[in-house]
Amino acid sequence: MTGSLFTLPRWLHPAAWWVWALGLAAAASRTTNPLLLSLIIAVAALVVSARKPDAPWGRSFIFFLRLGVAVIVIRVGVQLIFGAAFGTTVLLQLPGVTLPSWLAGVRLGGDITFESVLLAFYDGLRLATILICVGAANSLASPSRLLKSVPAALYEFGVSVVVAMTFTPQLVADVDRVRTARRLRGRPTKGVRAIAGAAMPVFEGALEKSVTLAAAMDSRGYGRRGEISAARRRMNSLLLLTGLVAACIGTYALIAAGSPAALGLPMLIVGVSVCITSITWSARTAVRTRYRPDPWALPENLVAGAGVLVALSFLGANWVAMPGLDTPSNPPTWPALPLLPLLGLLIATTPALTAPTLPRTIIGKLPRIEVPA
Amino acid sequence: MINFECVSITYPGATEPVLTEVNLQIPEGELVLVVGRTGSGKTTLLRAINGLVPHFTGGTLTGRILVDGRDTATNPPRELADLVGVVPQDPMSGFVADTVEEELAYGMECLGLTPDVMRRRVEETLDLLGLVDLRNRPLLSLSAGQRQRVAIGSVLTSHPKVLVLDEPTSALDPGAAEDVLAALQRLVHDLNVTVVMAEHRLERVVQYADRIVIVPGDGEPIISGTPSEMMGNSPIAPPVVELGRLAGWQPLPLTVRDARRAAGPLRELLTGHAAPLRIIKGARDATPLIVTDKLTVRYGAVVALKNVSTTITRGEIVALMGRNGAGKSTLLSTMVGLRLASAGVVRTNGKDPREIKGPELVHSVGLVPQDPGDLLEASTVAGECRSSDHDANVELGTTRALLALLAPEVMDGTHPRDLSEGQRLLLALAIVLAARPPLLLLDEPTRGLDYPTKARLVKVLRELAVTGHGIVLATHDVELAAEVATRVIVLAEGEVVADGPTHEVVLASPMFAPQVAKILAPEDWLTVSEVRAAMIEQVG
Repeated sequence: MTGSLFTLPRWLHPAAWWVWALGLAAAASRTTNPLLLSLIIAVAALVVSARKPDAPWGRSFIFFLRLGVAVIVIRVGVQLIFGAAFGTTVLLQLPGVTLPSWLAGVRLGGDITFESVLLAFYDGLRLATILICVGAANSLASPSRLLKSVPAALYEFGVSVVVAMTFTPQLVADVDRVRTARRLRGRPTKGVRAIAGAAMPVFEGALEKSVTLAAAMDSRGYGRRGEISAARRRMNSLLLLTGLVAACIGTYALIAAGSPAALGLPMLIVGVSVCITSITWSARTAVRTRYRPDPWALPENLVAGAGVLVALSFLGANWVAMPGLDTPSNPPTWPALPLLPLLGLLIATTPALTAPTLPRTIIGKLPRIEVPA
Repeated sequence: MINFECVSITYPGATEPVLTEVNLQIPEGELVLVVGRTGSGKTTLLRAINGLVPHFTGGTLTGRILVDGRDTATNPPRELADLVGVVPQDPMSGFVADTVEEELAYGMECLGLTPDVMRRRVEETLDLLGLVDLRNRPLLSLSAGQRQRVAIGSVLTSHPKVLVLDEPTSALDPGAAEDVLAALQRLVHDLNVTVVMAEHRLERVVQYADRIVIVPGDGEPIISGTPSEMMGNSPIAPPVVELGRLAGWQPLPLTVRDARRAAGPLRELLTGHAAPLRIIKGARDATPLIVTDKLTVRYGAVVALKNVSTTITRGEIVALMGRNGAGKSTLLSTMVGLRLASAGVVRTNGKDPREIKGPELVHSVGLVPQDPGDLLEASTVAGECRSSDHDANVELGTTRALLALLAPEVMDGTHPRDLSEGQRLLLALAIVLAARPPLLLLDEPTRGLDYPTKARLVKVLRELAVTGHGIVLATHDVELAAEVATRVIVLAEGEVVADGPTHEVVLASPMFAPQVAKILAPEDWLTVSEVRAAMIEQVG
């Protein structure tokens, strides 16, 4: 781990990491060039290895890498079995199945061409890259840290998401516990009946835990009466949600190929301003305060900026139809390396240096796995 | 500080109130210990202090509870959060954030304190409870004792005047329990916090208490008084008190130190009297039930067991001791084939337990897990017994007959969830014993058990050993180990650090020595019943 150029060790604002990672993902969505896609994955991996915390969520990147590989394998597999063949380089001839006429568009078996497999591979790689970018954000900034920064108007919603997220690992542990118990009673631990038998105790356990948690949160002051009325608070949340939806549609219209850009920009602007109004409004009346909120300073600007720039470089290259972004698979061509996106990717690596290093004490020992037995 | 004025509480659907006409005054700055059998209404009493009963649980409350002048009837728990801090039995179940520091701040965020106040209080609390090194650690990575201290810290940051704890040390090893109790002691002394705490392990806490409240259950009135008053004729008492009563010491000592100073004559009386032989007569032979050789188990990078070689034979009761996370549970679960050994071997009857499947396994090794409720899934006790007979392939009625021996008061139609902690344990034990496994493993059997149930468990285990069972119990309870074990194995970081006859191992360790041994050292006595037997012999 090298030191940061700008600040003392601290946590980077989680939103900055998410902007950076989503920028990379947006860039990946614009290209099928396998070289560029591999470079995006490399950039994500480089930054993650330089700045990930040694916490349970910090180790999730490797999981997303595996998920990426699985996505590619599935995408190519689907192409092999169902996809329409095109191109001339036949790799393999599978016995074709003649399907009834009402399934006219679907093909089963038949010739497998290099061109069609290559196209499927590019497509799978693109999807995998987007997933890996999300994984990078997930391991650099815990989703619950991100939720800590959600505006007060969405606080209740944020809490329920956090609670749901902590429950998933617990549910897994519960399933394990119940399977253990079945083994101890000499029952089968595999098969449909085993799963059916385990479901009831697991759900009972989950329900009981949520009641305990609710009692604990209640005793610690969650949901104390504020000065604002419930109606006003609900109004505020509604306003914010509407704004967010509008902003999302706007962003989608801007990014997605083939939709009118003229619709996108106004929609985005309206959405964002509605959000800001709602946030400032609720901030003025909130009872809750926030402990050590993550600051948004120069490193955050640099990291988020790197994400925006890499997205812009790919979008720009797409806009001017720069050759090399798309690699044709029929006929197979060697992918080119266009200059502008390459420059963008170079900028995207900078968070490995500009993001602050983490406080030392986070490097604790590995979590002890409680052994249910 | 806390006033119960003629309080009765009835849960919805119940015909009898849990608590009847409770009158109780707790002054500011006291450390109050609430004791009573499981199911007597202790937890209800504790939860009534911040209004969780009845605001959260439902039910009706008559009378009035005033906490610092505020009535819990009109103030729901969230409005009392700045006044009463509640630490639940399992601290992990109440955590909201994911790192220590954020968890400490959560309550203050809800109260809307300003950032600079929050920051200052978090730092103070980290120091007060010795959590500084853990501040950025994920809560999942903490040990049980550390979690308990974080849970206490997370309610302390709101500066409550009252702290309520439900069995804060029951899941902790002796060392971690001492840390937690020392922290509580400091709060009472330095910050004048009123602490109300329920605990079964009297031997750990009685010396810290200023007042003891006994909740007898069954509609009988609650009694309270100073520890020495209450301990004089309480049916439940720690070994130090029992020894004091036996020897007729006045005033009755509550701490090992006081007892030691009074114990001179008793030590003299016992000198030269041979300590009893602590082996189970009749059944002991060298038939090994399970053998481990250089057993190593890892979870990823964590080595849970390292080169453990041991043999358990018929007629032995082995206590497995060590810190939280020392590998006790792992050893037990490896012995029933739940964990894969990464090196070394486990053999029972010449077979690897992992290879043994279904009913055959329950006929050779039985494990009662840490939470015995895990084993139960039917909706009535009778149903549970029937499915157990079916699982174990034994004659119908076997489990029910066993249960009648272990816990005669348990009714057929009861839902297993409505049983008390101790009854649940005995039901699970009956299920496991139905298949007559020669080797019986128990993980933390006394967690949350009151003294009468514990005494019954001790009796059952002894009888099993006499009939030729081999028993291994993982436990933090040094008194139980001294009472029942013939051999003690101490694990530390997955390695065996001591293995030998009970008295040799526990006498050599200040952490695992029972109270009687500490009082009568250097003589070789472990339990009150041993001393009683010797004294009767001496006199008669």
